[in-house]
Amino acid sequence: MQDGIPSQNLNITTRVITFICGLLLLMVLFVPLWQIELSAPQYPEGLVMKMYPHKLAGNVDIINGLNHYIGMKTLHTEDFLEFTVLPYIIGFFAVFSLVIALILKKKKWLYTLFGMFVSFGVVAMVDFWRWEYNYGHNLNPNAAIIVPGMSYQPPLIGYKKLLNFGAYSIPDIGGWIFIGVGLLLLVALIVELKRKPDYEKIK
Amino acid sequence: MKNYLFLSIATLLLAVSGCKPKNTGDAIDGDAASKVYVAPGKYDELYNFVSGGFSGQVSVYGIPSGRLLRVIPVFSVDPEKGWGYSEETKPMLNTSHGEIPWDDQHHLDLSQTNGETDGRWLFANANNTPRVARIDLKTFRTSEIIEIPNSAGNHSSPFITENTEYVVAGTRFSVPMDNDNGDVPISTYKQNFKGTISFISVAPKDGDMKIAFQLLLPGMNFDLSHSGKGPSSGWFFFSTYNSEQAHTLLEVNASKRDKDYILAVNWRKAEEYIKQGKGKKQVVKYAHNKYNESTHSATSIMENEVTVLDVKDFSDIVYMIPCPKSPHGVDVDPSGEYIVGSGKLAALIPVFSFAKIQKAIADKSFDGKYGGIPVLKYESALYGEVKKPGLGPLHTEFDGKGNAYTTFFISSEIVKWNIKDLKILDRHPTYYSPGHLSIPGGDTRKPYGKYLIAYNKITKDRYLPTGPELAQAAQLFDISGDKMKLLSDYPSIGEPHYAQAIPAEKLVKNSVKIFKLEDNKHPYVTMGEKNSKVVREGNKIHVYLTAMRSHFSPDNIEGVKMGDEVYFHVTNLEQDWDVPHGFAIKGAKNSELLVMPGETSTLKWIPEKVGIYPIYCTDFCSALHQEMQGYVRVSAKGSNVPISFSLGKNSDAPDSLLNK
Repeated sequence: MQDGIPSQNLNITTRVITFICGLLLLMVLFVPLWQIELSAPQYPEGLVMKMYPHKLAGNVDIINGLNHYIGMKTLHTEDFLEFTVLPYIIGFFAVFSLVIALILKKKKWLYTLFGMFVSFGVVAMVDFWRWEYNYGHNLNPNAAIIVPGMSYQPPLIGYKKLLNFGAYSIPDIGGWIFIGVGLLLLVALIVELKRKPDYEKIK
Repeated sequence: MKNYLFLSIATLLLAVSGCKPKNTGDAIDGDAASKVYVAPGKYDELYNFVSGGFSGQVSVYGIPSGRLLRVIPVFSVDPEKGWGYSEETKPMLNTSHGEIPWDDQHHLDLSQTNGETDGRWLFANANNTPRVARIDLKTFRTSEIIEIPNSAGNHSSPFITENTEYVVAGTRFSVPMDNDNGDVPISTYKQNFKGTISFISVAPKDGDMKIAFQLLLPGMNFDLSHSGKGPSSGWFFFSTYNSEQAHTLLEVNASKRDKDYILAVNWRKAEEYIKQGKGKKQVVKYAHNKYNESTHSATSIMENEVTVLDVKDFSDIVYMIPCPKSPHGVDVDPSGEYIVGSGKLAALIPVFSFAKIQKAIADKSFDGKYGGIPVLKYESALYGEVKKPGLGPLHTEFDGKGNAYTTFFISSEIVKWNIKDLKILDRHPTYYSPGHLSIPGGDTRKPYGKYLIAYNKITKDRYLPTGPELAQAAQLFDISGDKMKLLSDYPSIGEPHYAQAIPAEKLVKNSVKIFKLEDNKHPYVTMGEKNSKVVREGNKIHVYLTAMRSHFSPDNIEGVKMGDEVYFHVTNLEQDWDVPHGFAIKGAKNSELLVMPGETSTLKWIPEKVGIYPIYCTDFCSALHQEMQGYVRVSAKGSNVPISFSLGKNSDAPDSLLNK
């Protein structure tokens, strides 16, 4: 840089980081994002519900069978718009990251990506909480088991006891990758912000 | 005569052991309890399959704990499981004599590959109405039963060859052949009564059984058998008694000769002759029953032909080896070289050498013929004799470390001896009078060793008395050391004879947890509650019933009339492990149903009185199990109540009636 105008280009380190983030996000499309593990005296082997970007998996049928006692709505992939939209959103972030690393190469795009990514994460968690709230509270009034004042909202993250079941909600591989990508992007952001503008070197 | 025998036996016993048998107190080892203790929630080391004798079933125990895990219904009906009562399982008990609700189940053999247990199937014999069953060890259910023609008292069965090529079935009673005129004087035994040994082939993939051929033999009693292995692979050995050909008072008349025979059968040779078309087709009739896991239903077909080789027409299929005093067990050591015969009344145990038998055959070292079959010279087949081992030797198993263990019925003990030098190493009393014994893998090329289980015929004072009828017992020994150690003692189901054991890990991984509903091909399956219905076809009513925690669908049924036959086809919609549902209806003269997840079972019911009949789930399936119930209305013949069915439509009748 010879002209003394601060450079808007990403340096090679942040470009590599952004590129890796893009690849990692592609992987997320194929692995579960989140899991809710359930355990009860009758289920020493445990039950698990896994949320992929495009579907619910794990012991969904068994969990639905058990939830009918408390009048919880049964869970079906097709009832969630999220499972249609999520793969596209994740795909978008993956492609966007790769494009920034390989083609756009500008700082402002990195800042945009980070901003969008964090906002998406927040919205996703809020959405997740909303579903959990609805399933946990909107119960069939004719359910066999009604415990006054009891709702069955699983924890957003962490452990909660719901009658005889212990529910443990944590990110799965995809979720951890997502968190990792967020952290990597933050690192890239800090690197770029802390990096001394190139024109200072001229002095 | 009998008294004299026992007196001489008693004298001999004193002479042999030199002192009174030890009492229990002396026999139990200090750390025995810890060796059989399997902590709650922990698995046993081995599965132990134990024949049920006159119960007709097979029981499954965990070893070393001795905990009863399951009783598998095989040859006897079991109303608890609907076995022989549900429409699907009735054909399994069909025979050429019609449906038979009971049998006497004596011996078991686990399928083998290269002479080692492989955990695919368990074979079981029926003694009374000759049959062989195959039990699938993925489901622990009986999946095939084949009847044996030309046979009576299928005792030397179902022993198998090293790669499960064949299961054998030798007749205990010689009888006139099925297609001969059987209406002959019993006194014409010598002319008209014959023995047969059947070789049943087992399809390597699905285990399907087929009677490949039968060997026609002189009339006598065929007792037990075991396959050769290693060098003796391709040969099978059968013990016989009553070479006297007695047909009455056998305890005297069949004990006269000093020696009976062990039959050495070159089945590879017999197989060749069959391939060359030398067998004769015979018209016979026998049932062949198979259970289909995808339709959850059995079918029974009547087969009508068997191929017979008359051994006296062939000089090189069968040879007879003289064996002292009515031999019972014939057992082949893990190397396949040594064949142990146990003469019930002999004061020694002869051990034959396979190499010597081969040499004797090559040298034609014969001692005449019996029924046209060459008899080998005793000495030319004999490796050696175990001298004064005890009284009443019955069965021998092996630990794979060069030792043999033999049960002695009369002297009530197990004797350990070395196969090579034939020296006695240890003896231990049992309580009381053991028949068979079993060492895990003890009849294979690779015994697992470690444990020995003796199956005793008499228990007397061993347990709290339960009136005149007492349980038989199993006694578990630790044989890992030089001396046998008695570990525990527990009662058994029925009267156990032979047993088999296998390391748990060979079965656990394959054990089926549920049947997949989408694979259910039962003609009357109900795929989901919305398809449940009641259909009338003439006087037959088919109820397509589903069971799901905690209700049946439908659970209110009307329109059944006197004279109708009602078929409840119960489909368990659960797809979760250990959630069976039961089904019972008041007044049913057959049984209940126990339906596993994803399975369909049918109970036939013919109402005999007009009225309301409750149905309910018999298996405590859930917290609301007691709510899992319904009603069937039965109307008079000619009534105009239409077929109707429902679930969940409760009547609006005012509660005011209750409030009055």
